[in-house]
Parts: sequence; C-alpha cells; structure tokens
Amino acid sequence: MAVPFSYIARNMVARRLTTALTAGGMALVVYVFATVLMLAAGLEKTLVATGQDDNVVVIRRSSQTEVQSGIDRLQAGIVESLPEIAVGADGTRLVSKEPVVLINLPKRKTGKPANVVIRGVTPAGMALRPQVKLVEGRMFAPGTAEVIAGRSIADGFQGAGLGETLRFASRDWTVVGVFDAGRTGFDSEIWGDAEQMLQAFRRTGFSSIIFKLVDADQFEAVKTALESDPRLTVEAKREKRFYAEQSEALSKFISYLGTGISIIFSIGAVIGAAITMYASVASRTGEIGTLRALGFSRGAILVAFLGEALLLGLLGGVIGLIGASAMQALSISTTNFQTFAEIAFSFTLTPRIIVVSLIFALGMGFVGGFLPAARAARMKIVDALRAA
Amino acid sequence: MFVPLLVLRNAFRHRLRTTLTVIGIIVAIAAFGLLRTIVDAWYAGANASSSARLVTRSSVSLVFSLPLTYAQKIRQVPGVTSVAWANWFGGVYVSERNFFAQFAMSGASYLDMYPEFLLSDAERKAFLADRVGAIAGRKLAEKYGWKVGDQIPIRGTIYPGTWTFTLRGIYDGAEAGTDTSTFFFHYDYLNETIKRLFPRRADLAGVFIERLRDPEEAAAVSQAIDTTFRNSLAETLTETEKAFQLGFVAMSEAILLAIQAVSYVVIVIIMAVMANTMAMTARERYSEYATFKALGFSNGFVAMLIFAESLGIAMLGGLLGVAFTFPMADAFAKSVGSILPAFNVSETTIAMQIGAAVVVGIIAAAIPAWNAARIRIVDGLRAIG
Repeated sequence: MAVPFSYIARNMVARRLTTALTAGGMALVVYVFATVLMLAAGLEKTLVATGQDDNVVVIRRSSQTEVQSGIDRLQAGIVESLPEIAVGADGTRLVSKEPVVLINLPKRKTGKPANVVIRGVTPAGMALRPQVKLVEGRMFAPGTAEVIAGRSIADGFQGAGLGETLRFASRDWTVVGVFDAGRTGFDSEIWGDAEQMLQAFRRTGFSSIIFKLVDADQFEAVKTALESDPRLTVEAKREKRFYAEQSEALSKFISYLGTGISIIFSIGAVIGAAITMYASVASRTGEIGTLRALGFSRGAILVAFLGEALLLGLLGGVIGLIGASAMQALSISTTNFQTFAEIAFSFTLTPRIIVVSLIFALGMGFVGGFLPAARAARMKIVDALRAA
Repeated sequence: MFVPLLVLRNAFRHRLRTTLTVIGIIVAIAAFGLLRTIVDAWYAGANASSSARLVTRSSVSLVFSLPLTYAQKIRQVPGVTSVAWANWFGGVYVSERNFFAQFAMSGASYLDMYPEFLLSDAERKAFLADRVGAIAGRKLAEKYGWKVGDQIPIRGTIYPGTWTFTLRGIYDGAEAGTDTSTFFFHYDYLNETIKRLFPRRADLAGVFIERLRDPEEAAAVSQAIDTTFRNSLAETLTETEKAFQLGFVAMSEAILLAIQAVSYVVIVIIMAVMANTMAMTARERYSEYATFKALGFSNGFVAMLIFAESLGIAMLGGLLGVAFTFPMADAFAKSVGSILPAFNVSETTIAMQIGAAVVVGIIAAAIPAWNAARIRIVDGLRAIG
C-alpha cells in the first residue's frame, strides 16, 4: 500500500520557508536552462525560416557567406540562363543577382557600432521572398538613392528609421520604407536597388544569385550542372540549408555554453534539495517509525520521500518555466560570428524545451532526494520510534 | 577562545549538511569565477592593446579595403612614426571547425610595430627571407603540433584557392595577455598572387596600423589621417587600437551581458541554499539560544553566533572555490582552444569571488539571526527543534 499523496504534499506546506528556498533555487536553474535553449531555438528558427524550399543560392565556391563571395557578370549571365528557373506571374524569370555588403552603423541605444547587411535587390528579388512585406512607407524607386530597412534595423539603428537618412559609400540614402520579413534574417537587413549599390560601392560583380526552381526536386540536377561547368567557380545550395548553416556556430555556442552552465548550477540546486530532504527525514523520524509500524513497507516510505523530492523539483520547474516564458516578449540582437553581421532573434519556447526543462527539474529533485529517501526507508521501526 | 570554538563546533554539528553546503558554495563560487574569466577573455584583446598605436580602416566597414598607396600618405601625417598594414585572410585549415585568425601582413614593418610578439633573430630572418613563409603563435603551434619547417595548407574563403605556407617561426607573447594564437604570413605573397588572378582586388590593405610619436597626440593624429582621405573614394576611420578592439567586443555585447547576468544568478541560487541551511540550523537551536539569553548573554551575542557560523561556512566554501577556479579555467581554455586567445583568472575576479562569498554568508544569516535575537526566553526554552 502506498503512502497517501496528501501526506506528501502537506509536508511541503508545513515547512514553507525551506520549501520556497529550495524550489526557488531549482526554479532559477530551470529558468537559466530554459532561456538558453529558447535562445538557441529562436536563432535557429529565424535563420531556417529565412530560406524557401524551392529557392537556390549561388555563391563563389568555398566562400561560405554572401559577403565573402563574388560572382562576375560573365558567370552571373551563365547562371541566369539556366532553363530550370521558374517564371513569375508577370512573365519575368525569377532570378535575382544581388550585391551584399556590410556597413558599420551605430545602435540607437548604446551608440556602439555593429555591422549591418546591405543588400541590392531587383523586382524579382522581392518576388523570391514572399514573406517580406512593406509595413510602413513605400518601396524604393529604382535608380535612386532610396532604401528600405528591415523592422529590427529600423528600430535598433541610428538613421535607419522611416524618413531618416544613412550615409555610406559617399552618398546619403533616404529610408523610404520599413519592411517586416516575418521574423526571418531579412529583418536585420537594409535593401536598395541592386544596380545603384553596385555603382555606389564600385563593384563590378555580384555577391550571390538567388533563383526559384520550377520544381524543387530539380535541385540536385541544377547543382551538378553548375558545379561541373568549367566556366564557373560557384557552388549552389538550397536557400533553406544555406541559412540554416549560418546559424550553426552561434546556436551551438549558445547551447553548449548554456547547457554547461546549467549543469554546474544544477549541482548547487541538487545539494539544496538534498539538505532539505535530509532535514525533512530527520525531523520526521518518529512519523516514519509510526508509518512503518502501521504496516507501510520500506518501498512505500522510499516512494513517499522520493515523491516529495520530485514534487519539489516539479514546483521549481514550473516556476522556472513560467519565468522563462515571459522572456518570449524580448528579442536579442547580436553579431553572428559566421557572417560577421548583426542578427535579431527572439526567445522561442517550443514544446520540446518545456518537456526537456521539466525532465531536468524532476531529475534534480530525484538526485537530491534519493539518498535521504533511502535513509528513511532503511530505518528500523524500533530505533525510529525510540528516537522520537 | 570560547566563542570561536563554539562557532566551529556548531558549524560542524551536522557534518553532512555543512559539507553539502560547502560543496555547493565551492561549485557556485568557482562557476562564478569561470564565467567572469570568460567575459574577461573577450576584453583581452582590448586590454593588451598599446596606447601608442592607431588603427585605420575603411569608414564603411571592415569588409571594404583601402588602397595600399595610403601607406605613403599616412606616413607623412605629423605624429606618425611608422606604418604597417595587414589583411584578414579568413581561411580554413583542414576543416571549418579549426578556427584561428590569419593575417597577411607587411613583414618587417609589422613585426617592428608589435614588439610584444617575441621571435628569435634567426626565425625572424628566415621568415623575412621566405616569401611563402609564415609565423604562428606558440599556443596555436602547440594546438596543431606544428614545427618550424612544416608545410601548412589553408583554403581561402575570401581569396580563392588553397594556399600553402612554410612555417618559419613560432612567436611567444611578452605578457600573459598577449595573443599567441594568430597566424601571420607575407602580404606581398598574397598581393602578387591576387594581382595575377584578380587584378582589381590587388594592392588593397584591410587595415593600416600607425605608431605614434606620442600617445597624447592620438586624437589629433587620427583626425588628421581621416581628414587626408575625406571625400575620397575610400574614406577612412582611424581610432586607437583599444577602441578598435572594443568595437569587436561590442558586437557580442548581448551575449556578454547574458553571461554576466547568469554569473550573478549562480550566486543567488547558492544564497537560497545557504539561507535554507542557516534557517534549519537556527530553527533547531532556538532552545539553546534561549538558554544563552537566560544565562545573561545579549541578543546581539546570539545574532553574532549565527552570523559567525554562516560567514565561516561561506568563507570556507569561497576560498576553496577560488582555489578550484584555476584548474577549471585551465581545462576550459584547453577545450575551447584558440577561440579565446588569452584566458587568465584576474585579481579582480578573485576579489569579486571572495566578496560574493561574504555577501552570501551575511544575507543567509540575516533572517535566522533576527529571529533568534528576538525570541523570548520562555518561548525558546519551550520550543522543540
């Protein structure tokens, strides 16, 4: 027969301060653990969502990022003439040859500079990214020194808001529109007319070529054709994969560091739980003796005290998760080591993180409660009753 | 002698509980120290920078290069005694996971600019005489087991192709904070090759480094340099080496702030554990405290007993935690390799660790001490632990 659950739960209420301190310690550990996982998940989600399944990115072989890549007009022309490229509603081919550079802009809040991506786009480039929508102002007029800024950039950087001007490449550029890219990497970019950008930055070649396939399954064939063409020194990647790869280093760094920290912290919380449970066992020696005398088995006592520790862990886990879920309202902006450019992303709570965090919290309770529970279960009835 | 002995006996009355608490504090204080050291490592580049050097880069961003001809013009600016230049190479050694910094630099002028890179005369000569020669920092060479004379292939990401260098020297750092995980080779080698393959990209330098006659003139000289190139096709931005390095730190600021915040969270966690221990301890001893009072000891004496016990436990854990920080930092530095060039536990960190232990000890004792001091003798004697 098992010890009633209400007995277990009431014990926690009886020692309020101790329960609160122990569960509070565990809640902080779970909070750190969950927020870090949410950060890594948010970054991955942002960059994975940036790509479309049937879009292909072409960059110079082994250049890794668009900024480091360079494709001259001759090679761009060859890529552009691929028969597998889809045709849009207005009859134009959905291919965009884009110059991509970084410029240094000061942040609004701190005034400290960070690198921001400037992308030259064409009308086809807009059609290739249906998730990008203008939310304020208007589109830039082709052939002018006008640009549109992504939501995070407009909010976060000096001179990038609607109607403000930015100075780079010896010109003043007016921000005539702000676009929302649905929480993708494009939110952290500034877009202008591709040909204008080429002239302003005195480039003769493009950085990357993006096109849409008629049929997403043709990717392998197109990739082989491009990479085996002796006139070209390029590599082709699915857009989704291209952006996912760019989040790898930073998201790994965040999750490794965060998991490492959480594990160290959890040692502290486990010790807290162990101290609490040992005290709980010691102060109830008489009760344990009575329960055993009433016929409850050693196993039932073990389960009862382990249950109390697990309940303590669960309480900490739930409080920690509630705190962590409040972080979803925040977004964070930092430099992605791989692209050397600023990227904004938000904390994202996924079902997986909830499950993992709760398991982590229960694990802490279990580890901290096992030895005290075992001590309670091992007590001899006579000794326990005499001690009281 | 009576009081310290009493406190000591009290502290170890519950040996298991005290041991567990001390272990918890050791872990927390060591983790706190490690996290602070990680943050410090980010600033190592800025701290190791010399106030006698300026860095000039394109005003647009580091992605844009400057014409090599600027070197002559910069040298003519009053206050500048010498000029060197370097290009970020950004290549990949064997696999993308082996990240380390590689620079193509202007040979002798660059080595003279950085006296903190210690290179033997023979190695310096061998490096300068060999166009495809390279030098690597001690830490980097040890990580990959390179010896002088080795061939090192690096695949370019910015400059296409696979480039093979011959290691001609391994340099040491003059100070503990000097970065010895960078790889240098000749700018001339890079430039000649690029001239053949992509003539438009030749004769460009990523950054110029200037030595100042007098560090006091830094502001005036940097302004003079930038004015020289104002309204040209490639405008410049000149700042002190420290400001330049801090610019990189600022890029990861959000992450650094998070690490710092988390380093305080661990202290709060251990504070909860410690407060719990002290609350239990005090609760069990109310009758003893009442006895002390009945014997005529003051309320303050009873509170002092609790504070002394709490501080004693916290300091024991704190000092052991500081001691454990060093091996932990070493192990961490080995596992991350060359990503963080300098990794040393600073004196400030140690002071902060000890400060944190004291704070934990005091705050944990506050409520129990208050309760014990206030307890009425009659209630206390009646209380059962």
